[in-house]
Amino acid sequence: MAKPVEQLDQVVIRFAGDSGDGMQLTGGRFTSETAILGNDLSTLPDFPAEIRAPAGSLPGVSGFQIHFSDHDILTPGDNPHVLVAMNPAALRTNIKDLSRGGTLIVNADAFTDRNLEKAGYTISPLGDGSLDEYQVHAVPLTSLTIEALKEFDVTKREAERSKNMFALGLMSWLFTRPTEGTVQFLEKKFASKPEIANANIKAFRAGYAFGETSEAFTAQYEVKPAKLRPGTYRNVTGNQALTMGLVAAGVQSGLPLFLGAYPITPASGILEELSRYKHFGIRTFQAEDEIAAVGAALGASFGGALGVTTSSGPGVVLKMETIGLAVALELPLLILDIQRAGPATGMPTKPEQADLLLVLYGRHAESPVPVVAASTPGGCFDAAIEAARIALKYRTPVFLLSDAYLANGSEPWSIPDVSTLPDISTEFADQPNHEGQFQPYLRDAETLARPWAVPGTPGLEHRIGGLEKADGTGNVSYDPDNHEYMVRIRARKVAGIAADIPELEVGGDEDADLLVAGWGGTYGPIAAAVRRVRKDGGKVAHAHFTHLNPLPRNTEEVLRRYDKVLVPEMNLGQLSKVLRAEFLIDAVSYNKVRGLPFTSGELAEAIEGLL
Amino acid sequence: MSTNGQNGDGLIQLSAKDFKTDQEVRWCPGCGDYAILAAVQSFMPELAIPRERIVFISGIGCAARFPYYMQTYGMHSIHGRAPAIATGLSTSRPDLSVWVVTGDGDALSIGGNHLIHALRRNVNITILLFNNQVYGLTKGQYSPTSPVGQRTGSTPMGSIDHPFNPLSVALGAEATFVARSIDTDRKHLTEVLRAAAGHKGAAFVEVYQNCNVYNDGAFDFVREDKENRIRLEHGKPIRFGAEDEKGVRLRVDGSAEVVDVAEVGEDALLVHDAHADEPSIAFALSRLTRDTVGAAPIGVFRDVARPVYDELLQEQIEAATEKSGPGELEALLHSGDTWTIS
Ligand code: SF4
Repeated sequence: MAKPVEQLDQVVIRFAGDSGDGMQLTGGRFTSETAILGNDLSTLPDFPAEIRAPAGSLPGVSGFQIHFSDHDILTPGDNPHVLVAMNPAALRTNIKDLSRGGTLIVNADAFTDRNLEKAGYTISPLGDGSLDEYQVHAVPLTSLTIEALKEFDVTKREAERSKNMFALGLMSWLFTRPTEGTVQFLEKKFASKPEIANANIKAFRAGYAFGETSEAFTAQYEVKPAKLRPGTYRNVTGNQALTMGLVAAGVQSGLPLFLGAYPITPASGILEELSRYKHFGIRTFQAEDEIAAVGAALGASFGGALGVTTSSGPGVVLKMETIGLAVALELPLLILDIQRAGPATGMPTKPEQADLLLVLYGRHAESPVPVVAASTPGGCFDAAIEAARIALKYRTPVFLLSDAYLANGSEPWSIPDVSTLPDISTEFADQPNHEGQFQPYLRDAETLARPWAVPGTPGLEHRIGGLEKADGTGNVSYDPDNHEYMVRIRARKVAGIAADIPELEVGGDEDADLLVAGWGGTYGPIAAAVRRVRKDGGKVAHAHFTHLNPLPRNTEEVLRRYDKVLVPEMNLGQLSKVLRAEFLIDAVSYNKVRGLPFTSGELAEAIEGLL
Repeated sequence: MSTNGQNGDGLIQLSAKDFKTDQEVRWCPGCGDYAILAAVQSFMPELAIPRERIVFISGIGCAARFPYYMQTYGMHSIHGRAPAIATGLSTSRPDLSVWVVTGDGDALSIGGNHLIHALRRNVNITILLFNNQVYGLTKGQYSPTSPVGQRTGSTPMGSIDHPFNPLSVALGAEATFVARSIDTDRKHLTEVLRAAAGHKGAAFVEVYQNCNVYNDGAFDFVREDKENRIRLEHGKPIRFGAEDEKGVRLRVDGSAEVVDVAEVGEDALLVHDAHADEPSIAFALSRLTRDTVGAAPIGVFRDVARPVYDELLQEQIEAATEKSGPGELEALLHSGDTWTIS
């Protein structure tokens, strides 16, 4: 007999297990099923930096959270309604987040004395009443999987490893997800090992059937498709969107893309993904170090390519001298900083927004560089094109800031119509520009950009370099007045970009007394918090910076409109320091540096505290 | 694509004068750099490459001023990074002839990492390392090639650093072309430049350069005393000395030694093979120095063919395009699972 189906408007599920349990794959598959079904969704993978921490240990726990709904949502959710814990360590590290009354599904087979001890339990939490406030389903996932696969020609270990697919099957049944995609996925993934493919498919189906038949589960849940804006969607992580954005920037500029990169978490995915797009004429270069990576990108830019380098904080620090050279050479260059928690190695897989002051000010001398920040995983696509547009038009290095949360988190992305993407093409110099001579530093009157004459152009042979240059000719100059002029004109060029970027938009209650001003990857949690406060009757406005240098031209005017300005940041107050310094505004900081995104709940509280 | 420097169409008639710029050359009077600049400027027309397709890239140091004096494209970059910058330029613009001018501090100290990796990748660039065994621009500190005991501003009691042998480093870094010449020997330097420019892939040339201000006479043992120049010529027994009375022989352990030809007979001498796949003998030759034998080999130590990084990358691009067709942005954006909401 079919079980009743209950309707829900949104659900947050967290899959947690050992790094070796395949939780990222399980979460990823559940996400694909959910995307195909048409829910809005937002995901948050949370994994340790170690590839395999000791099995069963607390640091080895890997998690994947998905929030899906029948309406539009902004975050991966604060507290899961359902927690799937594959072992005691996963239970221990995640149970505190589970909503009161939430559903807990544990792999009962993993609650052995040894595993309990590794997780720091003296007695099993399954029997001591500590989980009474949750609906607990202790399912022997491992033995059920082995039992389901006993006919298969796979080892016991291989059978055991399919338990994540059993769990996925069970969750797919519980939340009425479509299953064909996962079956096809497994067939393709294990195409060369059909026996393993079939075993995994069998485990997946057995999990699904277990839900149907087990008396432990009395109902199924359904979350109807969301009414998103019409369009064609796909699910993207921030790093995927950034990669496609870079490809698009190459296409829309008509320039060959050159990526110089050195592997670093959480940016390596961009290097890997871009290196698969060689048929776009894209050259990817895995350099010997971070410095060579940016150097090669700058060399490619000198030759007329769109030079890009990708990294994270520790690598960006190493690149800074070369970025200073790019400021002096006035050549286009993109530097992507996928921020992570620091200092030093810090927590490589965890997000933080603490590189803002680094990219704004972390070079010697007066060395202005425009900064663009992505706000959402999908928004990384537009941010890449925008950063490239500024770099090419103004002949300047440009920073693009993302973070580990945007990089790995995913959401449905409305695929843009290619014909609507901006034309960011630029012109190379091909003629002498001054009395029959070529002057490499004779600027465009409007943009203050210098001409870009690439090697191979006859008659425009010239030398550029890091020594201060005379305005116009570009010859080495130690003239005091010239240096003052050049310092100021480089600053003016970057400041002038303010006229060419969108104004700061204000959402929420424009006439509120409180403005919440954020930047970058905190967009989702801040917008969700503002929404929550307003739903409860509070009046609050929200502005989110996508351009950090120069700031939008109406910034001061917007900030002065409000009695109070709250600046939540995943650092100790970097944007707020900038706003205070630039505009003498008494911005109030709200800061957290836990290596985790803000929850909308904590932000809503912070907002309400100021109302 | 062809070799670095032999991709001209042969129709261009340029002279040394065409490679001079309007910039006043600002090395100290008597500096060996002048002679090298003159040799390079007079060699360039031979390449028959239009000036706009030649690029000189340098880092920091006295030698790094070089691009300002060459009427080509050029970049005077930052300390040690020229090989990295040149790698990006060369790989993205295979039509260019890219040259790196560097010094011992620039290439072997702050930029050592870039040098060895450019060499092992076999990027299509020609690297000229002006070795003067001192930091000139910063007014006389010891460098990674300064001999132990050298007294400089930063080593008042003598250097205690064991120096690098630039050619040994290059050979150890899997370089496919390794040569040495001397600033004042225009004829020899031109021959070496010709061979370097004709090499496909990374070519490494050490030039003994006299810094008459901070380390005058460092190479007098070969610059002045020509009989100590061990001239390497492919296919010939290695002989040197005022009367060619000396020669080079391999010991049983594979190292090289200087011998008296009259004593051992010419047949015992090492016949130079610049094209040997195995770099061991070239390495053994690189160990013949002022310190070990009071003489030094000059010429081409090694010149072998190996796939060039730039070409391999280009081939991958072509293979990918052949396989998948030219990239279509629309198709890329729609790849993977998509769904439509109307
Ligand atoms: S300091 Fe030495 S190397 Fe530098 S320019 Fe003067 S003589 Fe030449």
